[in-house]
Amino acid sequence: MAHSPIVPQRVYWLVFITLLLLTLVTVDVAFYDFGWLNIYLALALATTKALLVVLYFMHLKYSSRLIWGFVGAALFWFLLLVGLTGADIFTREWVPDPPGWGANGSGP
Amino acid sequence: MRAEMASGASSATSVELGRSPLAHHFDDLEQQFEASTLGMWVFLITEVMFFGGLFASYAVYRSLYPEGFAVASRRLDYLLGAFNTAVLICSSLTMALAVRSAQLGQSRALRLFLAVTMALGLVFLGVKVVEYSHKIHEHLVPGPSFRFEGPHARAAQLFFSLYFAMTGLHALHMVVGIGILAVLWILAWRGRFSPQYYTPVEVAGLYWHFVDIVWIYLFPLLYLISRT
Repeated sequence: MAHSPIVPQRVYWLVFITLLLLTLVTVDVAFYDFGWLNIYLALALATTKALLVVLYFMHLKYSSRLIWGFVGAALFWFLLLVGLTGADIFTREWVPDPPGWGANGSGP
Repeated sequence: MRAEMASGASSATSVELGRSPLAHHFDDLEQQFEASTLGMWVFLITEVMFFGGLFASYAVYRSLYPEGFAVASRRLDYLLGAFNTAVLICSSLTMALAVRSAQLGQSRALRLFLAVTMALGLVFLGVKVVEYSHKIHEHLVPGPSFRFEGPHARAAQLFFSLYFAMTGLHALHMVVGIGILAVLWILAWRGRFSPQYYTPVEVAGLYWHFVDIVWIYLFPLLYLISRT
């Protein structure tokens, strides 16, 4: 069974309606002030929507383990990209600048 | 052994059909379908990395200039953004239904769903043109003509650089996607697809849904930073 299975139309419509509802929630949630939580709520909602699209519309749910492995690799490398960039940027303040690396442009 | 048998079988079908959709280096249509699908996923992974660089720089600059990004984001029309999100979700549904029609061998339905998907893609791009022209008139395009009142002008210019880079790249993907769907429509009209062979439709669907996913992230990240 290499060809994708024929997914019942009902599944597509259910995913579609869920995606539209989640879009409404995404907009609504942005109008409440949850402080630092806002961005994580937005990302969690977007990721839920993306998962629905990948699993059902892109047939990942019905795909071989090979494809799952490739998608997992994409996720891993993307998180590495964002994670290591963030680790660099946000730890710069943790230790003082070495002598001669001042903020006034006296550095190399 | 198996390869010989399969290629023998495929040459028989290619004689029957006049032209076989099976490329000579594959054993059978299923293997070809698997290889093509995997190839598209690999391409999409390179796309994740491509957009990933932009998302990473967005994350860095938003965390460095939270207030600047918030005031700049309020200059975007979130209703137009939400409308476009809904348009793209509709287009993903019709694309999924197009693939389903191809699987079932329903050529008319396939062409109809492909046409609706293209039309929704054009609606999305039309809204984008309206948004871009507003931004041009409001001098929000980064560069010498950029004007932004208040203390956050520099951060706002960074925000709009990312806005135009990310949505512009996304819109380019939409244009390419519509072109691919147009080719598929012509192929479908010529009767090239069957329940045994609809690989191009499936693979184009993967691409289209991926472009939808990129927008699903762009919408809250660009339009909905701080609306309270």
